Amino acid sequence: MSMYFTKDHEWIKVDGDTGVVGITAYAQHALGDIVYVEVPESGRELRLGGDAAVVESVKAASEVYSPVSGTVTAGNAVLADQPALVNESPEDQAWFFKLTLSNPTELEGLMDRAAYDEYVAGLE
Amino acid sequence: MRYLPHTEADRRAMLATIGARDVDCLFQDVPAAARLDQPIDLPAGQSEMAVERVFTRMAGKNLSAGCAPFFIGAGLYRHHVPAAVDQLLTRGEFLTSYTPYQPEVSQGTLQYLFEFQTQVAMITGMEVANASMYDGATACAEAAVMAARVTRKKKIVLSGNLHPHYVQTTETVTKHQGLEIEALAPDPFGFEDLMGRVDSRTACLIVQNPGFFGGIRDLTQLADACHEVGALLVVAVAEPVSLGLITPPGAMGADIVVAEGQSLGMGLQFGGPGLGLFATREKYVRQMPGRLCGQTVDQDGKRGFVLTLSTREQHIRREKATSNICTNSGLCALAFTMHLTLLGETGLTRLAKLNHAQAVRLEQSLRRVPGAKVISQTYFNEFALYLGDDVDAAEVVEKLAAKGILGGVAASRFYPHWPELRPILLLAATETNSQDDMAALVSALNEGL
Amino acid sequence: MTEITTISGNRGLMLEEPLIFEQGCPGRIGVDIADPGPVDEDRLGGLARQGAIGLPDLSEPQMVRHYTRLSQKNYGIDSGFYPLGSCTMKHNPRLSEKMARIPGLTDLHPFQPQSTVQGALEVIDLLAHWLKGLAGMPALAMSPAAGAHGEWCGLMAIRAYHDDHGDSRRTRVLVPESAHGTNPATAAMCGYSVDPVPANERGRVDVAALKAKLGPDVACIMVTNPNTCGLFEDEILEIARITHDAGAFFYCDGANYNAIVGRVKVADLGIDAMHINLHKTFSTPHGGGGPGAGPTVLSAKLAPYAPLPFVVHGTDGLELVEHAEQAPGAKPFGRVKGYHGQFGVFVRALAYILSMGADGLRQTSSDAVLNANYLLASLKDVLSASFDGPCMHECLFDDRFLKDSGVTTLDFAKMLIDEGFHPMTMYFPLVVHGALLMEPTESEAKETLDGFIAVIRALAAKAKNSEAEAFKAAPRLTPRRRLDETLAARQPILRWKHGANAEG
Ligand SMILES: Cc1ncc(COP(=O)(O)O)c(C=O)c1O
Repeated sequence: MSMYFTKDHEWIKVDGDTGVVGITAYAQHALGDIVYVEVPESGRELRLGGDAAVVESVKAASEVYSPVSGTVTAGNAVLADQPALVNESPEDQAWFFKLTLSNPTELEGLMDRAAYDEYVAGLE
Repeated sequence: MRYLPHTEADRRAMLATIGARDVDCLFQDVPAAARLDQPIDLPAGQSEMAVERVFTRMAGKNLSAGCAPFFIGAGLYRHHVPAAVDQLLTRGEFLTSYTPYQPEVSQGTLQYLFEFQTQVAMITGMEVANASMYDGATACAEAAVMAARVTRKKKIVLSGNLHPHYVQTTETVTKHQGLEIEALAPDPFGFEDLMGRVDSRTACLIVQNPGFFGGIRDLTQLADACHEVGALLVVAVAEPVSLGLITPPGAMGADIVVAEGQSLGMGLQFGGPGLGLFATREKYVRQMPGRLCGQTVDQDGKRGFVLTLSTREQHIRREKATSNICTNSGLCALAFTMHLTLLGETGLTRLAKLNHAQAVRLEQSLRRVPGAKVISQTYFNEFALYLGDDVDAAEVVEKLAAKGILGGVAASRFYPHWPELRPILLLAATETNSQDDMAALVSALNEGL
Repeated sequence: MTEITTISGNRGLMLEEPLIFEQGCPGRIGVDIADPGPVDEDRLGGLARQGAIGLPDLSEPQMVRHYTRLSQKNYGIDSGFYPLGSCTMKHNPRLSEKMARIPGLTDLHPFQPQSTVQGALEVIDLLAHWLKGLAGMPALAMSPAAGAHGEWCGLMAIRAYHDDHGDSRRTRVLVPESAHGTNPATAAMCGYSVDPVPANERGRVDVAALKAKLGPDVACIMVTNPNTCGLFEDEILEIARITHDAGAFFYCDGANYNAIVGRVKVADLGIDAMHINLHKTFSTPHGGGGPGAGPTVLSAKLAPYAPLPFVVHGTDGLELVEHAEQAPGAKPFGRVKGYHGQFGVFVRALAYILSMGADGLRQTSSDAVLNANYLLASLKDVLSASFDGPCMHECLFDDRFLKDSGVTTLDFAKMLIDEGFHPMTMYFPLVVHGALLMEPTESEAKETLDGFIAVIRALAAKAKNSEAEAFKAAPRLTPRRRLDETLAARQPILRWKHGANAEG
């Protein structure tokens, strides 16, 4: 399984043509205490860079964009009741949605961990 | 000038601190061409006494409701407002505070908003209510937009029993939001078929209860019909006192209830400011417009209140906000909640019964007016009176006014393009009407018709 | 300070107050209501309510005490200095309240025959006359209920104009990044997309960037002037010129009109439409969040599209036009709310305007600007001013002065509460980091400002002196200390329910 990152601080873990998407540790830290998450329902078609989910803190709301195109196969229902999980386990338990990739070549436009870390370091 | 504390010496000292020669220097960024060196050519300031005289003179040109037998309603109702309401409303800590953005110094405002939200939810039979909108008409328009957001559908059906101002405001608000409005013809007799109007494209159906022409409807089947096709039922209430006596919209399956809260606490005020009430089901709360107050705890674990779920609002969500509303009707919400606190369960029920009894009495007295007939099959405290085929209700209203009677409002004032509505007069009765008022109306109608 | 505890939880004049739902007792009543008497047959069609509503029953003395105690947990302008930027917390004259309670002005129904409300129509007309005169604009829409509502009214008129001229290409609205949230939200309500315009290093609209964004698809620009950084847009004439050259309109957010009323006419700035917040510039009370009023002045081009209703001078006195066909030439874009506008607010604003007069209003804006510049001059060496002065009616600082202190803008504001002041506006506008926006208004005497300045200077020294802990603990002297907003949002409790809202 390989993991990729976007400039908007989403991550995607890919295994074959299935992907799992969430937001990075950096993103949750920037937002602060997460109070609400809205994930896409399964069956929804997502476009690369299109709105996929919403994540909110008390004073900010942020769109989560889909890192690739595909069809949602599951949204993480746990986050509705436990939004704090995004703060506690952003890159593992607090995944937002799973999808079937429709165009895996899109992954080529994403960053790997090292490139993302460097990108984030440049933002400080 | 009595509102300005500075002396000339103060101004000079302050300019010296700033390092400016005179105040004009502080306006240096204004393009020279636009700077005025003289006061604008309008009258100079006046003393309290002089200003009072101006207003007393203007007030003298009006016939105030309290000085006449008064039967006007049509969405705004004249009720007795207990003295304690206005006395407390003018406490400076309420009157002169801003939106409670700093909760530690605004627990007063926040607690009454929390109580207000609860009362509104209770009387409408809904789960949650917001901290107010501008008025009933704008709340209605916001409900249409919210329903479209929730259902992701575009068609909004407006009953012919919905207040014409609510219809027009909703049409205006939705005009450029990609929605499709289907406004049904005015329906004084209560004949319209709403069941046939909802389909799979419908975002919501908006009905008023009691209706603009008085009728009270059982909305249960309509709610089911809406839900079957995935639409919402929005119910508008123009007279919240009615909720003391009739089944609330929430109990009949409404998804959103909007109302004009003016009846409680506020008096007529020539129609403004109003108080928009907005209530819905908990599952839709994140799609709601307007401010919400919520309960929490402070650092010491004590119960306290804050504005919450603000990410819906313009100051955070900007162009994606659920509404652009910022300033709302805070103080009117306070007046409403204070009046309702004085009434309580016992008082609201009794007041509602009295209003209904008064309207029934009015209908009975009107039987003495030959040719006139109440056409509302059911009503709360207002009904439509049909004056006779050739009678122009607008003329009758003018004749009554000439006799010092404010005898209702002609339907044609709202529907100039519907000649068949010309004989219809809307008449409301509340606890403020005396037997003498009713007798005066009846005899004037008998003379005038 | 040692923590003082009491048995009751009250602390002297600071009294705990339960919710009304926790103090009711069935059968009490706070209003005496006549016996409804017998009704032979009701006309409710079988829809009489079944079951109780759940409202608590209280007597009048309980109710009076409840709201008195709640009021004591609030800070108002009547209580003290309230330098909340952008909100214009000026003195609310009590004459205005008295005038609004004259029965001949308040006990009026909007659907009375017009012959019986000539005095009320005169109030509307006289206020309109003043607003048009002060702004130098030919027309206005009186009915918008607040600033945001006025913005929407203005943009709807603009859109009606474009639509009427067959110009459907215009789909974008240009809005500076420093704009209030209502501006983009309003543009979206009119079906427009929002395109942000950056600020220049002087805190004003970057005119070159604006120019680059203008084009045949721009419906209007929405510029706040003076802007939300408290600065006059000194290139405003150029902004207006290039906007008009592109065939777009200039909408001005007039929330800050109080800085220039009586000293500048809006018409002379090339503005096509602007709302006036009567609850700011003309001193009607904010009432804990509202009501307000947002009459919107319009240029001659936009005038025909003004919404219904409006007052005109007719042959037998004043006439209220409620339907388009009653006014030849009118092409109203619709109706913005119920009835005829925020009449009660009009009375108050007019009382203020007549009290002030043209001379007093000019002095008012002069003093408001003087006070803000005095704060700026007296604080810029200890706080970090975001832009050079002179400022207009408010001055903007950012949190650079707190760098490495461990204290945030929020902490600083909370500390002011313990000192007896209402905090300034925090974190707005968004164009500077950790904004502190102070608007003293003309109502404050020099002594008040000096007292505030002394406290701010001392607090700034404390912050730099690594006393962050004290700031984090503030406020400590209020009825409630910092509230858990995260908890409120994660588990929303938006109403009382039986047994569910226990005192913590
Ligand atoms: C700059 C600015 N624009 C618009 C508004 C909105 O005005 P209102 O609250 O009256 O709707 C405000 C109010 O705070 C403001 O400060």
